Amino acid sequence: MRKLLQPILAVIVGLALGLSFTWFAGENPWHVLEILIKSAFGSGYDFGMTLFYSTPLIFTGLAVAVPFQAGLFNIGAEGQLTLGALAAAAVGAVWPSLPWPVAPLLAGLAALLAGTIWGAIPGWLRAKRGSHEVINTIMLNFVAAGLASYITLYLLKNPATQNPETRPVGAGYLIHQFGVFGGAPVSTALPLAVFIAGVVWILLQRTVIGYEMRAVGQSESAARAAGINSSKIRILAMSIAGGLAGLVGVGEVLGNAGKFRLGFSPEYGFIGIAVALLGRNQPAGVVAAALLFGALHKGATDLDLETEHVTREVSQILQALIILSVSAEGLWSWMKQRRPSPRLAPGEL
Amino acid sequence: MTAELLASTLRVSTPLMFAALGGMFSERSGVINIALEGMMLIGAFGAAVGTLVAHSPWLGSACGMAAGAALAAVYALFVIRLRADQIVAGTAINMLAMGLTPFLCKILYDVTGSTPAIPLNERFESAPLYLSWALVVGCVLWMKYTPTGLWVKFAGEHPEALDAAGIRVNRVRWMAVLTSGALAGMGGASLSIFLSSSFSRDMTAGRGFMALAALIFGKWKPLPTALACLLFGFADAVQIRLQGVTIWGDRTIPVQFIQILPYIVTVLVLAGFVGRSRPPKALGTPFQKA
Repeated sequence: MRKLLQPILAVIVGLALGLSFTWFAGENPWHVLEILIKSAFGSGYDFGMTLFYSTPLIFTGLAVAVPFQAGLFNIGAEGQLTLGALAAAAVGAVWPSLPWPVAPLLAGLAALLAGTIWGAIPGWLRAKRGSHEVINTIMLNFVAAGLASYITLYLLKNPATQNPETRPVGAGYLIHQFGVFGGAPVSTALPLAVFIAGVVWILLQRTVIGYEMRAVGQSESAARAAGINSSKIRILAMSIAGGLAGLVGVGEVLGNAGKFRLGFSPEYGFIGIAVALLGRNQPAGVVAAALLFGALHKGATDLDLETEHVTREVSQILQALIILSVSAEGLWSWMKQRRPSPRLAPGEL
Repeated sequence: MTAELLASTLRVSTPLMFAALGGMFSERSGVINIALEGMMLIGAFGAAVGTLVAHSPWLGSACGMAAGAALAAVYALFVIRLRADQIVAGTAINMLAMGLTPFLCKILYDVTGSTPAIPLNERFESAPLYLSWALVVGCVLWMKYTPTGLWVKFAGEHPEALDAAGIRVNRVRWMAVLTSGALAGMGGASLSIFLSSSFSRDMTAGRGFMALAALIFGKWKPLPTALACLLFGFADAVQIRLQGVTIWGDRTIPVQFIQILPYIVTVLVLAGFVGRSRPPKALGTPFQKA
């Protein structure tokens, strides 16, 4: 019960703090909350858009949660998903005439593979060269952005438009969109994401590899003493993470745009960190948290129109405050103890 | 041509220098600072607003530094006092800055994109450039010859020893993180009121992370860090110069490869393929008195 309580409290604290900001903009925070909820769930289309934003967040949330189990921090989902989406679009642009079940399958595999490679690099660097995956993944995000920009603008440029995007994929690549959401691009990628979350749960909880990952995450030296090859596990965890992030390309390229657009991601990779954290790095938690953050993102898009001074950027403020409230270990352990904070030693603070 | 390139290298390195040296304070004291990006961004905004209000770049940059330090205080509160994970909290602080700046901009000026332009005579002409080099010299001397410099180093390498010597480790870290925020704020200020004429949305565009890269490339030492900033600044200046330049008829030069160079270099250095860079021993570990 407590496992559930902390994230829920953190969301309430974060929302309350963030919404009180809107009071400074001369808006009634309650009114802003109403707009957020109405815009995220108000109609079939609105709810569809919420689900559409949630889908990539399930993938990136898992891409952070899996390495976390192995004691690694993946800040690189943004780069991994960029290259994954680009790879899917590249396959579709180079062989546009492939027929239906083969085409999306091949593009999906390309997305998986590109992400996997981009995740494996920092995993290998950590395992074999001892350099920290946090810095490496941050740096590789920029490298991925540069590569994607080069490939999009120089190799696969769409000649029909000035927009920075690749040529469209062939018609056989497009996956099924559900019609019940009033035109919102909710595709097969959503059930795929939920299914993959289930696979990840099985991997973590019911397989030897998952057990070894959690062992390495809890204590590397103990895991090594037990005969676990921790280098291999770390590389594997980061590769899986990269592949998961790469799958964002399925929903975006095959289920929505039909091409790769530079800068399509409103930082799904970074929001994935918040999703994993709030979901306590468990697949079911990730799916729930992805839905919440997807709703926040969609809800905030209507703030520009519906209020005088509050803009969609509020969603970033809310997300940041929710992360901060979840992450404040000291605060939660203090609450858990249900007694006043232990008298601080003079050296603290 | 060469002199011009040198001048523009020095100019575009300035924001990096402030931010990277700022990052040095925090990281040498044992606190990872991936929030430099956000502190720069809010500093750039604060400086632009301050200058528009006070009509003086000096007062403006003071506002920018205050804004950076204020955000750093939030960061310090969470990572030092509440022992939040430094990477998680740093990411959140960056998001907060990215959300807060357009939010406040809209309240003040009714647009989210950018602040009104600052008149030329109210902007810096070259002062931040000289200041940044004075800061390098200052940092070198401060680290070597002052007790507080020693405290910061010990807080990052050997916090227990510092504590045993009767110095409050977390107080040292607080001061280091605040300094880091103020300097990153100054870095942001040199973007908005020195290199350009207003604050615009997300104008730091990854420079905080590039400053972090320079800090690592410079092995967490002031002079090498400054030289790394110059190198990255040079790459940036070349890249800006080559943008849109055509060769062989209508082909443009792909500047993307120059843009990603600093990040690749950092990965290679950190992995020990080119030199070796070792972080402070207690970097990222919260200090709690036993």
